[in-house]
Amino acid sequence: MRELSFAQALHEALDIAMEADERVFIMGEDIGVYGGAFGVTGDLVHKFGEDRVMDTPIAELGTAGAAVGAAVAGSRPILEFQFSDFSGLAMEQIVNQAAKMRYMLGGKVNVPVVFRMPCGSGTGAAAQHSQSLEAWFAHVPGLKVIEPSTPADAKGMLLAAIEDPDPVLIFEHKLLYKIKGDVPEGHYLTPIGKAHVAREGRDVTVVAAAIMVHKALEAAEILKAEGIEVEVVDLRSIRPIDTGTIIASVKKTTRLACIYEGVKTLGIGAEISALVAESEAFDYLDAPILRLGGAESPIPYSPILEKAAVPQVEGIVEALRNLVKGRI
Amino acid sequence: MNSSPKKATIGKNQRPFYANNSAAALKEALRKMHLVRMFEEMAEDSYIRGLTHGTMHLSIGQEASAVGITMGLRKTDYITSTHRGHGHCIGKGAEAKYMFAEFFGKEEGYCKGRGGSMHIADPETGNLGANGIVGGGLPLATGAALAIKQQKRDDVAVCFFGDGASNEGAFHESLNLAAVWKLPVVYVCENNGYGMSVSTDRSMSVPNVADRAPAYNMPGVIVDGNNIADVAEAMAVATERARRGEGPTLIECKTYRTRGHSRSDRNKYRTKEEIEEWKARDPIPLFEKELLDMGIFVQADIDAVLANAKAEIEDGFNFARGGTDPVPEDVTRDVYAREIA
Ligand SMILES: Cc1ncc(C[n+]2csc(CCOP(=O)(O)OP(=O)(O)O)c2C)c(N)n1
Ligand SMILES: [Mg+2]
Repeated sequence: MRELSFAQALHEALDIAMEADERVFIMGEDIGVYGGAFGVTGDLVHKFGEDRVMDTPIAELGTAGAAVGAAVAGSRPILEFQFSDFSGLAMEQIVNQAAKMRYMLGGKVNVPVVFRMPCGSGTGAAAQHSQSLEAWFAHVPGLKVIEPSTPADAKGMLLAAIEDPDPVLIFEHKLLYKIKGDVPEGHYLTPIGKAHVAREGRDVTVVAAAIMVHKALEAAEILKAEGIEVEVVDLRSIRPIDTGTIIASVKKTTRLACIYEGVKTLGIGAEISALVAESEAFDYLDAPILRLGGAESPIPYSPILEKAAVPQVEGIVEALRNLVKGRI
Repeated sequence: MNSSPKKATIGKNQRPFYANNSAAALKEALRKMHLVRMFEEMAEDSYIRGLTHGTMHLSIGQEASAVGITMGLRKTDYITSTHRGHGHCIGKGAEAKYMFAEFFGKEEGYCKGRGGSMHIADPETGNLGANGIVGGGLPLATGAALAIKQQKRDDVAVCFFGDGASNEGAFHESLNLAAVWKLPVVYVCENNGYGMSVSTDRSMSVPNVADRAPAYNMPGVIVDGNNIADVAEAMAVATERARRGEGPTLIECKTYRTRGHSRSDRNKYRTKEEIEEWKARDPIPLFEKELLDMGIFVQADIDAVLANAKAEIEDGFNFARGGTDPVPEDVTRDVYAREIA
């Protein structure tokens, strides 16, 4: 195996999918010669041409709808949002059309479209370019929402999304694009709907996604020195959600912390807490459930405030320590 | 009458722009163009030196449009601006020192450090703000014009947007609303030939954004966006029309950004020759030359304007560097008008 960055892994998935199936094409703003705002499409336009790597006008509603329409008519479109925040302009086509078409039409059509969603804070881009909106979309039946944390999963899950018969939104945290990791060669699929235990531990279960997996792993390493063993569950898929893996882990560790970058209230952590509270794992809990999420504010510009707006390693360490030591 | 070489300039002197603006007003316009240029050069330099983070979109080369549009506006008129908005902001009356403070994420900044370059606003001077969403200001300006009309004021709302933004659905909906409701709004498209890397001939099926105006039954005017006189004259006509209650106008300023789209642009989609061609049409020397040729200014006047602008920029920069950092506990301040539980 060789190391690739997260962005390179996504690029490789696109390359493989377009090579294998000529119905696959990608649309987006500045994805051609510019190579994409985060460099994911890179040189693909030179390999596959402008008809399959299409620079679009700045028109999120129109292009999202065009992707949905093309999917219904037998193509395999991938739409790159330059920033997932701009999906706000395309909500209608994603939520009212893509998500519901198959159901409304009595199961007679498929909508195999993929929306690529660069998300997250940490780049100083402020309130309209830094959000983590995955929970919005996960609230909508008919959509699938995934959020890989490693380059290997990014590739395998993007390939799975492209081959999936239903609409899939893949959230790509912008700070992950440059991280490196081992990535298998060639074609493989990482199943949608399966969480992954990224680190085993006996004292507390952390359920996290995307960049928060990395922060949780860092925190786990620090706490290990104090004799606290943290289990980290990498959610990978927000809808469908892997209830089984979460419940099994909580039964083992007897404590649950949900860590996510999206706004804390009514976010992913609310769902995970509720599903554990509703399950047989409830009886195993030795402490209240803990949620660490984004601040109840837009993402601010000032680096000091931006850091304060999302969970950081130091805060995670302290919260987990308190949880395990029975201080909450 | 003698046949002095002044003849041609007398003709030019009769242009409404030079006939209707006092020497002081022209001086102020030139000063603002320099301020915008120097502000952005300093901002760029700060970024390179690691004094600020995030990204920024420079309007270097587009100053005649920003200042030509705003110079005749009242404080009570509104503007909505874009991600490339430093010029609009200074044009409408913002002070460089508070803009720099925003860049450095300080409490003294126009947005108290919450917004950064892409969100600078100054409601005090009628500036409803830059916008991180392309086309985001189009419906907002339309709404501001609606309020002006409801309140029976004779102010106007001015909406800056790019060629790229004109391909968003918001453009169509906004212009249609303003036309059917006869709103006092002036839509100003700063057509710099590109939406990020995509040229207008790859994103539009007509050569000019103004060609779309007839679909809304409103005047569509094309001007040389690098010539401040052209811009300001078209704007004066549109503003008067709006103030009289006759409805919206679409002005298209043909211009060019000589810097990349943002900090990460490698200019792969355009040629050096094209950039150089436009640099030779830099709006600032163009304006200075007209002022000198017409004998309105002598070189010493221009030097004084430059020195004045330079001092304001340097003072502003130093003021901002010494500003107050926000404290983490304040991250949720100002989310609501009143604290909620
Ligand atoms: C809704 C939305 N889509 C895309 C972007 C990313 N983006 C920012 S500026 C820009 C280009 C805008 O082009 P134009 O309107 O011509 O303005 P210019 O940058 O040329 O001043 C793009 C694609 C955005 N900020 N908002
Ligand atoms: Mg443009």
